[in-house]
Amino acid sequence: MSLNLNETEQAVVDGLSDKFSDDLIEVYQSCDHTYIRMEADNIVDICRYLKTEQHFIFLCDILGTDRYTSDERFEVIYNMMNLRTQDRIFIKIRVEEENPVVHSVTSVWKSASWYEREVYDMFGVRFEEHPDLRRIFMPEDFEYFPLRKEFPLLGIPGSIALPDTTPDTE
Amino acid sequence: MKLKDINDKVNPRFFEKHQRSIYKSLEDKHTTIEEIDSEDPLNSKMILNMGPQHPATHGVLRLILQLRGELIEKTKIDIGYLHRGVEKIAENKTYQEFMPYTDRMDYLSPYSNNVALCTAVEKLAEVDVPERAQYIRMICCELARISSHLLWLGTMVMDAGAISFFIWTFREREKIYDIFDEVAGHRFTVSHSRIGGVASDFTDEAVARIKEFVETFPQELKDWHKLLDRNRLFIDRNEDVGIVKTEDALDIGATGPVLRAAGYAVDQRIINPYLQYDKVDFEVPTRLEGDNLARYFVRMEEMGESIKIIQQCFDKMPKGPVRTNNAKQAYPSKDEVYYSMEGMIHDFMMTDTGICPPAGKEVYHAVEAPKGELGYYIQSDGTGHPWRLKVNAPSFRNLQVLENILDGEMVADTVVIIGGVDPVMGEADK
Repeated sequence: MSLNLNETEQAVVDGLSDKFSDDLIEVYQSCDHTYIRMEADNIVDICRYLKTEQHFIFLCDILGTDRYTSDERFEVIYNMMNLRTQDRIFIKIRVEEENPVVHSVTSVWKSASWYEREVYDMFGVRFEEHPDLRRIFMPEDFEYFPLRKEFPLLGIPGSIALPDTTPDTE
Repeated sequence: MKLKDINDKVNPRFFEKHQRSIYKSLEDKHTTIEEIDSEDPLNSKMILNMGPQHPATHGVLRLILQLRGELIEKTKIDIGYLHRGVEKIAENKTYQEFMPYTDRMDYLSPYSNNVALCTAVEKLAEVDVPERAQYIRMICCELARISSHLLWLGTMVMDAGAISFFIWTFREREKIYDIFDEVAGHRFTVSHSRIGGVASDFTDEAVARIKEFVETFPQELKDWHKLLDRNRLFIDRNEDVGIVKTEDALDIGATGPVLRAAGYAVDQRIINPYLQYDKVDFEVPTRLEGDNLARYFVRMEEMGESIKIIQQCFDKMPKGPVRTNNAKQAYPSKDEVYYSMEGMIHDFMMTDTGICPPAGKEVYHAVEAPKGELGYYIQSDGTGHPWRLKVNAPSFRNLQVLENILDGEMVADTVVIIGGVDPVMGEADK
């Protein structure tokens, strides 16, 4: 698929392929937005570069997804905005299921704190050097990560059994 | 104050690990300040636990404040008391089935949430929406914005000490509820927007009511401006309280009126025009001070702009269908369902599988909800259910701002600041 990048997006792709050529994996577009997939190792430097050099000063969100694959299961997506040109860009990184650890970008944007806590709470992806990595919605006593695909929609594993759906059985 | 002292005093009994970790985290915040203040001979420090059932926290918000006299030294916010896991629910529902759940997110402006989801799905599945439906959505979104801001105004002024104001704003909200009752058949959780359009066209009665509201409301707004704008009590209570500094606002993740009151004219209706917002003319009110009073002015002016938008929509609204006619993309009309076999089958298919966007596609679409940027990120796997649906909720982001701005304020101002930031817990807790 050919890319249709505007000026800002082109500048970002050029800048990233220039400075972080080893980390850049792919660039693709879906529904008017550009997604850039990078290696997870240098995410803090990448984000700092985008903030200082490319003016992506506004971090809108960080979200996780569960790809449910055997390798590189979890994906963390950074949704950021350039307020000068009002363009949005998405940076994606993938982590393994075993020991999912990502460097925290709270040193770049302070607002990343709660977003990263949410990803940790829902998927169990831990963020290194995060100032206060606790669960945000679920209590600390909760042992599971509810948005992982294997977590059931109804009932908590090991908790009280669900009521019978057929009332006549003993 | 040391963690041991706190634990001795509060002695948590439910979710012990959770309680302990939040007090620990409070102790750890700004640890350098803590060490300087470790001598406290007068014992003026205390931990105040506010919420989750405090009436002035506007929902189940829990604040843990460390006080020194009347000064808040540091704050931690505990949310999640209304966590229902809507993102998990969304993964197990069709797109249309999930739509009523969005009403329960920001329950003060349900229409904006419906529209946010529907526009995101429409962008993902490339559904064209008839122009009339887009104007209907715009009118209702702006009414929802006024309704939400009216609740904010009433409760915020009540938090500041004026009780009767609450009743006046609720009288106006009642009119908006009546309008929604006429438009959608529901007063509160409207669920009127559909993927591919809206459920029903405006009736003549509904148009007349909206037009009457648009005519009478500016006068009310003017009266309220007259009452509050130069009111010494109100200004003293709100000026220089809860300041979001312009240089910090973006860094701590403010959005919506909180961000606009700090000097950034960020409005999704302007920077990323959806529906027909590029065809109407309106201003984005901003202020530079970033305090509670600035947020008051921004929201009051926004209500005036909303009225302007609604008037322009009525001038520009064409006649025509209100839902796309493609039965693979949207529910057929009830006439078709009851009187033709194809209609019946299509209705069944829409309910059973629903709309199936192409596999591997992903979309992020944000609308300007009354609280700020409300974005839906959807990843499709080609089936009728989203593989991943993420709600970027403005209240969640503004609560993080609240945690940052409360430090150093007076404890008596807490409630006013919460009122000024205007979080809705249904949305923040997902």
